[in-house]
Amino acid sequence: MRNGHWEKNLFELIRRTSVDLPSDVEAGIKRALKKERKDSHAYWVLETILENAAISRRNDTPLCQDTGTLTFYFGVPVGFDTNAIVAHTRAAVAKATRQGYLRQNTIDSVSGASYDTNIGSASPVFVFQQQARKKVEVRLIMKGGGSENVGLQYSLPDFSINANRDLEGVRRCILDAVWRAQGNGCAPGVVGVCVGGDRATGYKQSKELFLRRLPDRSRVKALARLEERIMKDVEKLGIGPMGLGGRTTLLGVKIDALSRLPASFFVTVSYMCWAFRRRGVLLGSEGGVHRWLY
Amino acid sequence: MIRELEYPFALNKIRDLTVGQRVSISGKLFTGRDRLHKYLFDGGKSPVDLKDGAIYHAGPVAIRRDGVWVVKAAGPTTSMREEPYMAKIIEHYRVRVIIGKGGMGEATRNACAKYGCVYLQAVGGAASLLAESIKAVNSVSFLSEFGAAEALWELTVKGFRAVVTIDAAGRSLHKRIERSSRRVLEKVLK
Repeated sequence: MRNGHWEKNLFELIRRTSVDLPSDVEAGIKRALKKERKDSHAYWVLETILENAAISRRNDTPLCQDTGTLTFYFGVPVGFDTNAIVAHTRAAVAKATRQGYLRQNTIDSVSGASYDTNIGSASPVFVFQQQARKKVEVRLIMKGGGSENVGLQYSLPDFSINANRDLEGVRRCILDAVWRAQGNGCAPGVVGVCVGGDRATGYKQSKELFLRRLPDRSRVKALARLEERIMKDVEKLGIGPMGLGGRTTLLGVKIDALSRLPASFFVTVSYMCWAFRRRGVLLGSEGGVHRWLY
Repeated sequence: MIRELEYPFALNKIRDLTVGQRVSISGKLFTGRDRLHKYLFDGGKSPVDLKDGAIYHAGPVAIRRDGVWVVKAAGPTTSMREEPYMAKIIEHYRVRVIIGKGGMGEATRNACAKYGCVYLQAVGGAASLLAESIKAVNSVSFLSEFGAAEALWELTVKGFRAVVTIDAAGRSLHKRIERSSRRVLEKVLK
């Protein structure tokens, strides 16, 4: 694979993800603002968030200083050279770091040293999936440490929260996780929930749900109903934006299920902050932009 | 009404603040997070004078352009990670203002009441907006030792926005919300 446009357009994907809040998320925050009292902290926080989104676009600066873990989800055609695109992506990440679209945000876990360009053994993260079509689909999620730290995995039954191996147990896990997070995940965020799988696939799937747009619902009817129920429950908690009180604690909840072993029943909850950095692009066979996603 | 706060932060002005008040900060701020707090807690010497100052829990995105540091993004990080260290640092250095997100625990709340310090919450993630209030980078310490995100940046700010969530009387908005949301949670789970 010649370099062609690959590195340039992958860099542009990173830049856009870092500075440009997706429109569905921004619309969700605007809807939330209307529900809050004008003299409340909730209103002040949401207004500040919207102002920050506008400034980030105008000044071409990161929405949040914690530019997070970069996970690239690739959908590639048969016979595609994944080693080459990994190299191009790493080069684009290094360039985006030098230009201040990404923070020097990658640490050697043994020595404590900070890497200059964010290229480490687990940075960035790559997920490949083969697709039938000729185009290359790239989606990027940037997820900061504050939201990552409030993620939780439950093993049911969990008697401490009275959660059995059913959807009511799943509901208890989600509400417990949201309550524990308070404002620390940078509320109002979105939770991604995976029911089932093993410990690793549970977390992986819970995060892939952040690729979904805010307004959509699970295709599994029972899970779609649970998503709606959770949104109603959460509104009553009163945790509010940044945990300072108010009606808006979450912007959305996404639930999916994976098969599991008879012995295991995991419920995995990942939290994405309001600074929901998600962008995507469809690239042609030479790496030229076919279409921007989201 | 927005209260104006200016460095150095006088004890009587700090004692005058109450939970829920919005503030606008001008003057010097020192950033510090996990590495710096551990270092100071272990008795390491501060390269700057923290007395009557503010520690901002933040790791900015900064780039050097023509020999000058430019901060492109600088929102708060989660403060709770500094809970084991904060009270001792407030006591030892007489820091008057802590800025971060998510609030802090009992030890910090008690230290705020005992020595006269407040905790301010800035809007998490509002990094571009808060960076606009940074007018200059005066200096940076521990850059090579701790890395850019963990270094101690001395900043000059103007109109930096935050809200008081733990005051010097020991009141905590975080504690209040945690308790009230717990009561609702128990009802919802019945």
